[in-house]
Amino acid sequence: MLTLNSFGIMKILVCISKTPDTTAKIAFTQNNTKFATDGVQWIINPYDEWYALVRAIELKEKDPSTVIHLITVGAADAEPIIRKALALGGDEAIRVNADSHDSFYIASQIAAIAKDGNYDLIFTGKETIDYNGSSIGGMVAELLDLPYISLATKFDLGGTTATVVREIEGGEETDSVSLPVVVSCQKGVAEQRIPNMKGIMSARTKPLKVVEPAAVEPLTNVVSFELPPAKAGVKLVPADNPEELIRLLHEEAKAF
Amino acid sequence: MSVLVFIDHSEGHVKKASLEALSYGAALAGQLGTTAEGIILGTVTEDLAALGKYGVKKIHQLAQESLNHLDAQVYARIIAEAAVATGANVLIFSNNLSGKAVAPRVAVRLKAGLVSGAVALPNISNGFVVKKNVFSGKAFANISLNSPIKIVSLNPNAFAPKAGEGQAAVAALSIQAGTAKVKVVSATQATGQVPLTEAEIVVSGGRGLKGPENWGMIEELAKLLGAATACSRPVADAHWRPHNEHVGQTGIAIAPNLYIAIGISGAIQHLAGVNRSKVIAVINKDPEAPFFKAADYGIVGDAFEVVPKLIQAVKKLKGIA
Repeated sequence: MLTLNSFGIMKILVCISKTPDTTAKIAFTQNNTKFATDGVQWIINPYDEWYALVRAIELKEKDPSTVIHLITVGAADAEPIIRKALALGGDEAIRVNADSHDSFYIASQIAAIAKDGNYDLIFTGKETIDYNGSSIGGMVAELLDLPYISLATKFDLGGTTATVVREIEGGEETDSVSLPVVVSCQKGVAEQRIPNMKGIMSARTKPLKVVEPAAVEPLTNVVSFELPPAKAGVKLVPADNPEELIRLLHEEAKAF
Repeated sequence: MSVLVFIDHSEGHVKKASLEALSYGAALAGQLGTTAEGIILGTVTEDLAALGKYGVKKIHQLAQESLNHLDAQVYARIIAEAAVATGANVLIFSNNLSGKAVAPRVAVRLKAGLVSGAVALPNISNGFVVKKNVFSGKAFANISLNSPIKIVSLNPNAFAPKAGEGQAAVAALSIQAGTAKVKVVSATQATGQVPLTEAEIVVSGGRGLKGPENWGMIEELAKLLGAATACSRPVADAHWRPHNEHVGQTGIAIAPNLYIAIGISGAIQHLAGVNRSKVIAVINKDPEAPFFKAADYGIVGDAFEVVPKLIQAVKKLKGIA
């Protein structure tokens, strides 16, 4: 279990995932069992970058003694992504040298690093844009027996207490919690920014530690992928007869 | 061996998404030749026994008011303990905001494989394989759950609730609730509106509407259809509409029966949040708007001329004036 680190220095761990670019063509190979990576641009998962990482950087700008570590679970091809994250900010990075299996496997690797790291805060993005699991934060928190605040839209620190606004079903909730805590971040927590030249230059020399994975058995595996059936194509209704759209939606599509 | 369904509630009412989860759990129990039970933490005003009509035989309740605010850590411990006590080997959550907070923690406690965002009943002909959305609605993955206990988190609007006959026995859980480490300072609920993630019809407006003063017709059309209102990111960023109406990749992802997009061009980031809608109708004056490629029905025309006529047509259909 984590305890608040005794040095009075805020330590933040930001979880970074590598995902295909938002506009990447989604296709599969090997009898629909593997994502087709040919020609795919890889990016930092947008929620990890825009919200989790940037909020950590903002906290460090307020209190420069803050230490930010980044962690990713991935093979060597994840290094350009973690370097890009370091160019935005963060002091050092850890790459757990493993293919990412399921959420439980990834969360277990992150928890294995975090349990000896004396982190006060662990930030994740709200979900990855490829697997859309939204599970890593909750799993890491449970593995470390920490409170977890999901889907934060605002995050502020006062000493060792965090005030967090989060989205709940049909509304929002303001929470107060003592550190350490795990928080998943979404829009509102921070404003997206782009790396500057100084950041890019300094990222080259920031430490990037590679560690071997803990022995963990994944609990699930992907059997196959499918693409949704292609749309039949849009049926256009003339602009001078919008009533026809209502008739079609009602009688043909039976949408209401 | 049984199926245990988590029942989510707010403001004293069981969420619609949980009725879907109950029906899904009951159908799965039928496949597995076992029974489905429910678990609810906190108190509601409605009659829990009546939820038996969705196919559950028994509902376990820990009726403490302190549990009416969902705390993920407290909830996960109670649910995991109840799952062990009732011999559940499959747990069902709705993949709504509550499910996303709690299910991953329960999965760790029970060493259970978790599929979040399921869109269909598991295929149990060879193992236990669940279809889920991946790549932000652009594909599906079939996931095999390989652990003795399995957790499925069902996407809202993916499985229609089926009401039949029957009453459920309501039993009190004897588990210590425990105290939450997270203190709730305040909570606000938008009452009296159709929640966006649960809405069967959504009417959404974009930059093409030119300003917040023009939302009257969007709201009127939505009200006539019993729909929720939504908007695109630029509209929320410009504060024309509240952020909780923003659908898209960085906003809320929805999957209604009908999504009507008015004055929205259909950028890929917007589509990522709405492409799971069963039917999409697009109204845009630009015939080149990318949204038409993702739509089932469309009108190339000016929203300010088209929408009032749509309102009249719906009124006529519903026999109003």
